[in-house]
Amino acid sequence: MTIASFGSHNWGMVVDVDKCIGCNACVIACQAENNIPINTQDRVERARSISWIRVERYWEGDFPDAKARFIPIMCQHCENAPCEPVCPVYATYHNSEGNNVQVYNRCVGTRYCANACPYIVRFFNFWEPVWPESLRNHLNPDVTIRSRGIMEKCSFCVHRIRRESRKARSEGHEIVDGAIQTACSSACPTTALNFGNFNDPNSKVSKMRDDQRHYTLLDQFATDPNVIYLAQIDADKKVGVGEAATHG
Amino acid sequence: MQQRRELDQVYTNRKLLNGQLDTPKWWLPTVVTLGLIVMIGIAVILVMVNKGLGVTGLARPVYWGLFITTFVFWVGISHAGIMISAILRLTQAEWRRPVTRAAELLTVFSLLTALVFPLIHAGRPWRIAYWIMPYDVARGIYPNIRSPLIMDPVAIGTYLTGSTLFLYIALLPDLGNLRDRTTGWRNAMYTVLSLGWRGNPRQWKMQTVGGILLSALMLPIFVSVHSIVSWDFAIASAVEGWHSTIFAPYFVIGAVHSGVSAVVTMMALMRWLWKWDDFIRPEHFDALARLLIVVATGWLGFTFLELTFALYGQDAPEIALREMQMFQWPWNGLFILFFLTAYAIPVPMWLFKRVRTNIALMFWTSILVNIGMWLERFLIIVPGLARRTPFVYTWEAYRPSPVEWTIFIWSFAWVTFLMLLFSKFFPLVPLFEQKESQVFTDDVMIGRAKVPAIVREAD
Repeated sequence: MTIASFGSHNWGMVVDVDKCIGCNACVIACQAENNIPINTQDRVERARSISWIRVERYWEGDFPDAKARFIPIMCQHCENAPCEPVCPVYATYHNSEGNNVQVYNRCVGTRYCANACPYIVRFFNFWEPVWPESLRNHLNPDVTIRSRGIMEKCSFCVHRIRRESRKARSEGHEIVDGAIQTACSSACPTTALNFGNFNDPNSKVSKMRDDQRHYTLLDQFATDPNVIYLAQIDADKKVGVGEAATHG
Repeated sequence: MQQRRELDQVYTNRKLLNGQLDTPKWWLPTVVTLGLIVMIGIAVILVMVNKGLGVTGLARPVYWGLFITTFVFWVGISHAGIMISAILRLTQAEWRRPVTRAAELLTVFSLLTALVFPLIHAGRPWRIAYWIMPYDVARGIYPNIRSPLIMDPVAIGTYLTGSTLFLYIALLPDLGNLRDRTTGWRNAMYTVLSLGWRGNPRQWKMQTVGGILLSALMLPIFVSVHSIVSWDFAIASAVEGWHSTIFAPYFVIGAVHSGVSAVVTMMALMRWLWKWDDFIRPEHFDALARLLIVVATGWLGFTFLELTFALYGQDAPEIALREMQMFQWPWNGLFILFFLTAYAIPVPMWLFKRVRTNIALMFWTSILVNIGMWLERFLIIVPGLARRTPFVYTWEAYRPSPVEWTIFIWSFAWVTFLMLLFSKFFPLVPLFEQKESQVFTDDVMIGRAKVPAIVREAD
């Protein structure tokens, strides 16, 4: 799985698809946390909406035996990220903590990374972001507002990681497992989204990813993602929705 | 093939300098009209830079569309110059002579146009210096040389520099000629530009050696430029329809196909507009069409190979993409149009000598080829991105906006505008090449028949 060649941290996520109820709380939490502009009807219809995490919904079977399947998809923070080598200005690169990071100041907006990404989780700011006057004071001061013409994507709430690391360093101890939660994972009512350090063998996520249900999305591209999915358990079937997405 | 035609030097000078020494009637109205289109285009570009790329039709997941297609198209057209002037020069194909300058000019202007597209296509064009300037000390990091987008400006920059030098060196004797025939500010301009050309043997030798050296130096560029452009797509390993290892040679040969066709279009126009029937003759069209048959058929082979490779892997997403590209509306309509215009209509027609020497037919068939070759790039770039990935969230189509179409039309007006402006000050057919070929041409008796032949001194 993940190459343990980084320092003491390799941040990643385990998504238990079996627990996902498709409530979209993660989407809203992410939207609020990361200063993402409001996805108006017009932007959604023009396919220019931005949502760093999305819950895809699939229907299986016909009524009354229909089943709704949900799968949350965000940037997979791949170890072999197809988006990284194509950026001419190193606006996206792999940091020493196993994350695929986006440096907004460097980005010139070639959109090459978005073309290269098989998960299509990179978003381009076609317009300058605007918020209604009433939301002006609701913006998160820890997160940069992205101007028009640049790419953005899930950062694994890197500002929260930095905040906790600083705190731990000043208090003179290691980061405690579970101390860092991304906006989506803290909002998830069913603990389907779990964030943690894959380099710590005793962390919750390290234990979870050893589950026999684990798989990664689109593994035919050998991107080696840091987001691990746990397949849905189905009473009548062996294979869950995740498997279908993997091999789709 | 080369029919003997005695043209004395005075006639050659007068005829070929008719664009500079007296202005044809159609010139001013045409340039003004094109200038207006160019200005509208530039205004639209500025509006787009001001408002943002929201004014285009681009949307997730089709982040590259008409602009990149047109960029690849113009880089393809630019291959005309190197094919005609470098390769045909090194292989001593005599029939290239009246065409060399026009081809080289087309290279320079189409590259200048091509370069505009990636720049205005970026989200923040004003920051483009970070991308193209290799030594950006202020930021403390170098550009990512693994990215084809870094190799692109390097390759195109090299090609543009080489072509401009090549064009200039070939222009020197003609500039000297013009200097001697003009007065006033024109004379002053040509005096400076001709770099003291007097036509003495040493200067001729240096000019010839310079031309041959540049031809040889530019040969690698012939392979590299469009290969690198093709890697813009081929490197995206997760995009079906893009990640093909065959792209580099496939793009290069496609570029030659469209570039040489563009030269044919241009030659027909030049012959018609400036009445150069004595200089641009049916046998030149004949020779270019023969070359095109070979190039086009080679290119067709690559097209089939690309399909074969794609289907041979039996990769379901890849097959789904090809199915969409060829059988789903509107791509299927475009695909049929592409195949008809790029190969199926023109190439069988060129097999007949009557067509090859018919200038009107050659004009229209060469235009067809370039319609087809533009569609080819469009059919590679857009369906690849619009493919249906396993995530339904991203299933969207792409429809170019009026802004994109305006800038697309602007690029054609711009190249033509630059060409016509150039033709006002510099001869489009190289005078000295024309005269040199007259010197080399002779009649050889074979039996009782008189056969025109090229006589060269042994080196």
